Amino acid sequence: MNSVLYDAPGPRAKQRNIIYSVIFVIAVGLVGWWVYSALSDKGQLDWEKWKPFFTDSRAWTTYIWPGLENTLKAAAYSMVIALPLGAVLGIARLSDHLWVRIVAGTIVEFFRAIPVLILMLFANEAFSKYSDVSSDDRPMYAVVTGLVLYNASVLAEIVRAGILALPKGQSEAAKAIGLRKGQTMRSVLLPQSVTAMLPAIVSQIVVIVKDTALGGAMLTFSELLSTVSTMSGYYGANVIASFTVVAVIYIVLNFILTTFASWLERRLRRGKKSTGAMVDPAAVAGTAATGAGGGGGGIGGAV
Amino acid sequence: MFDFLEGYDLWGAFWETVKLTGLSAVGSLIWGTVLAGMRVSPVPLMRGFGAVYVNVVRNIPLTIIIVFTSLGLNQTLGVTLGSEDFATINFRLAVLGLTAYTAAFVCEALRSGINTVPVGQAEAARALGLSFTQVLTLVVLPQAFRSVVAPLANVLIALTKNTTVAAAIGVAEAALLMKGMIENEAQTIAIAAVFAFGFICLTLPTGLILGWVSKKVAVKR
Repeated sequence: MNSVLYDAPGPRAKQRNIIYSVIFVIAVGLVGWWVYSALSDKGQLDWEKWKPFFTDSRAWTTYIWPGLENTLKAAAYSMVIALPLGAVLGIARLSDHLWVRIVAGTIVEFFRAIPVLILMLFANEAFSKYSDVSSDDRPMYAVVTGLVLYNASVLAEIVRAGILALPKGQSEAAKAIGLRKGQTMRSVLLPQSVTAMLPAIVSQIVVIVKDTALGGAMLTFSELLSTVSTMSGYYGANVIASFTVVAVIYIVLNFILTTFASWLERRLRRGKKSTGAMVDPAAVAGTAATGAGGGGGGIGGAV
Repeated sequence: MFDFLEGYDLWGAFWETVKLTGLSAVGSLIWGTVLAGMRVSPVPLMRGFGAVYVNVVRNIPLTIIIVFTSLGLNQTLGVTLGSEDFATINFRLAVLGLTAYTAAFVCEALRSGINTVPVGQAEAARALGLSFTQVLTLVVLPQAFRSVVAPLANVLIALTKNTTVAAAIGVAEAALLMKGMIENEAQTIAIAAVFAFGFICLTLPTGLILGWVSKKVAVKR
């Protein structure tokens, strides 16, 4: 890899790089050694604590898989419900009618500005007070509701950005051949903007998957994170081992999704049929910084 | 109408949220800048470390990181971060977790900012005989920072909202107070409205002010 920040290394620079590498390795090694000794002091590295994940299939079937299943289920429900809602809100924000724009804009900005956890806590309480959802199902309902409210508004911004990113000529041409507003949106703008939005939507799934963990920590939703405590209770306080396994599952799952998103983006940018328009997930992930986006790229939205 | 607020330290809870946000923001700005420096450095090992750190941390739920700091670091390994008091330990652990997580996003924002600096700038700096560190700290980073104010504002807003996750390890901030209030009081919707309003008050001005700043300081090219 070459960078504009430095020349291709000559003999002296190569030597210097080696010295820096050695210093860096020593520094990382010291930290690693400190972590290792802290872990082994507390007996967290004993084979006893890690064995269940390699030799005992029940660790996977009774603890990890049901948790992962709930995580994936909640994420899938949220995405499926939030996507059409987000599309409606996003298109409403582009409406010609002032009132539709104002109402949709207020809803979107409101739910984007509030932490998902607050939405989940509220949904949980609202379901217990105003509905007859059984208390077993309630955490799942609350998590999905919270995620839908938040992500519908984020997806609305993605949809809006996707439509706005299309070249102006597209809607002008549609107007010129006599299409009505609805027709222009349905048959010209939306189909094309979907390709522009796809990578941003896939990155949003990562955010949703990560956010399901909130339900496990705060709402007794039995998802992947909450299996850590039951698991480490059962297998004898193997907290570190359980956390490591669960974290690795999340990392692998989300890494596949992020890699897929960037592969999709590269492919779509190259495609000859695409207009080359692309939504930058970083610009829509935050909140209220309306119009302040632009510049920067590559960061997925934080939780 | 808002009688139910009596007996609850609403200001205290939101002040805790602000403190969490502020400290984590400063921490993640520093650590994120160091990471970004590593990711563009000429030493392959440091580049690799930066890339692995960002990709790993970005894909772990923040909730896992925060819960781990409490269950793993504190209760299993006995890390206390120099405090005996339970509340202070958890507060510091939450700041540590938030910093470790947010730094990955700051790093990515900064790296994209570094990419917006024209090639000629770095080439000119190198032609003057500046070393990599000098090129980065004197020429490239100052311009990169000015171009990423808006993305960093998004990261800061996300961080403000993310501080609610600290409630999972019992830090007495807004979300934990809301959880407590909502269980004890009848006015669910009014309580939710108060906390929603509180967060809008925190995030909306951040976005507007930093949006204005980003236009002000942008390098016109």
